[in-house]
Amino acid sequence: MSVEPGIRPDAVEATVLLDIASASIAYGKVRAVEGASLRVGAGEIVTVIGANGAGKSTLLNAAMGALPLAAGAMTFLGRDVSRLAVEERVALGLSLVPERRELFSTMSVEDNLVLGGFRVARAVARDTLAEVYDRFPRLKERRRQLAGTMSGGERQMLAMGRALMGRPKLLMLDEPSLGLAPRIVADIFRIIADLRASGVSILLVEQNARAALAAADVAHVMELGAVTLSGPAAVLARDERVIESYLGLH
Amino acid sequence: MDSTILLFLLQDGITNGAVYALLGIAIVLIFAVTRVIFIPQGELVAFGALTYALLEAGRLPGTVWLTAAFGALAFAFDLAASLSTGIDARKLARSAGFNLALPAALLAVTHEVAGAGFGPGVHILVTLALVTPLGPYIYRVAFQPIASASILALLITAVGVHLALVGLGLVFFGAEGVRAPSLSELTLELGPLLVSGQSLVIYAVTLLAIGALWFFFERALWGKALKATAVNRLGARLVGIRTTFAGALAFGLAALVGALSGILIAPVTTIYYDTGFLIGLKGFVAAIVGALASYPLTAVAALAVGIVEAFSSFVASDLKEVIVFMLIIPVLVWRSLTQPHVEEED
Repeated sequence: MSVEPGIRPDAVEATVLLDIASASIAYGKVRAVEGASLRVGAGEIVTVIGANGAGKSTLLNAAMGALPLAAGAMTFLGRDVSRLAVEERVALGLSLVPERRELFSTMSVEDNLVLGGFRVARAVARDTLAEVYDRFPRLKERRRQLAGTMSGGERQMLAMGRALMGRPKLLMLDEPSLGLAPRIVADIFRIIADLRASGVSILLVEQNARAALAAADVAHVMELGAVTLSGPAAVLARDERVIESYLGLH
Repeated sequence: MDSTILLFLLQDGITNGAVYALLGIAIVLIFAVTRVIFIPQGELVAFGALTYALLEAGRLPGTVWLTAAFGALAFAFDLAASLSTGIDARKLARSAGFNLALPAALLAVTHEVAGAGFGPGVHILVTLALVTPLGPYIYRVAFQPIASASILALLITAVGVHLALVGLGLVFFGAEGVRAPSLSELTLELGPLLVSGQSLVIYAVTLLAIGALWFFFERALWGKALKATAVNRLGARLVGIRTTFAGALAFGLAALVGALSGILIAPVTTIYYDTGFLIGLKGFVAAIVGALASYPLTAVAALAVGIVEAFSSFVASDLKEVIVFMLIIPVLVWRSLTQPHVEEED
């Protein structure tokens, strides 16, 4: 079956970047996500919160193409991407910063960033590198250092910088605050807000629900592989069930 | 054993070791990028040597047909894959260009060159051009379809490819051995030592090749991309590096290095269609000492293998292969004792 890169009629509003409809994702025979739907519009920060193992990361990995869809549909900018490989989705403007960062640990910080712009024209990559260094001065200081020798917060910044080098339209962040000191978490969320201001849309998966809801426009709650609650982030932040389950004692 | 013999053996060992170093480096390169332990690297050396020697003898080497056959097979694989996922005309055209048009052009050029009285320079270029595409073709046919299989499955496939290539070598080159004239008639007198021009060529080309590979991996974006694929496959895909292309490139580089090694040894020893295996295994010993990861360690180990081989062929010539291959045992024991056991990832 050939995949037509045609525009779907209902995407004419053009503000929808990523549209995941009733997606099911399985590891072998085990369904990890069942019928999950979400949309990310241009310029939006959308967050998915939920407990460990609820299927949030699985959903992101499937959106990136690292895992196949068992059922459901997925479009990016109106184009069916559900059968495209990771590399092809990168070329369309999707980018994932995975939970484990997946940096090139034995290569220098600068080489990691340069490779982030692998798909981008050389001149654009050079300008983007300067922008990334402006955004993350720490990376510029450490540009000769090996990626594997950096602290957790620096590695997270490098992973984000590497993703930005590809000039993505939608940046997907998987647990960017995991294992980081509170002050660095605040830095990361400030950068997320900055990024949106510069026109990058963001899909954010977080266990730190308080910070995620404060930063996001729209939020979804995932439980046991299904999206159980969706709405404006500010509304969800006042929802009793959310407060009880995710905002309680932190 | 007096000092003259000692120096002579040492020189002989270093000459062979230089060629093993090139092989070992190619094996490490392929493993790092694709996780394939490429046993048939030696066959590419033999094919390079046979091609060059036959061209020097004024004959048309069977490589033209071998390369064309593998190219056609690789195209058939691309065609089949394209039929099952939906036809992409641009991809297919690119595939036809690389897998069909390129070998056809090489056949035409080689046909003109063979027996036309060109010098070694042209023959070397034609040899490299004929053998190098075999790398990506073999990758496309044998390894790309099972790229995510376990290391063991890939190794067994590599052994299968080795057996197939030896058989094909007999079909396309015949059973007779050939030897090329020396690349340099010069001899250098260094005290009691006579260093042949051919040895000097081997040293120079090996150093240049290693230097060029270093430059490629440290400076060129594509070299960095290959290195990145070796370090972290998922990370490489996330920045948009196509791992199948990286694999094809690694195999192409390895075939290039193999063909170059073949050209270097063709004047030193008589090459038969099945000579490559033992040569390749010595590069493999060096690659294992380098833990299939370290290029410098592999190069040093290859020199050691060459020197041990030279001395053991003097002291106990019947046992020289045994002694060389036994080198691997203490290394493996030492590695398994000093390194924590790691389960194979992904």
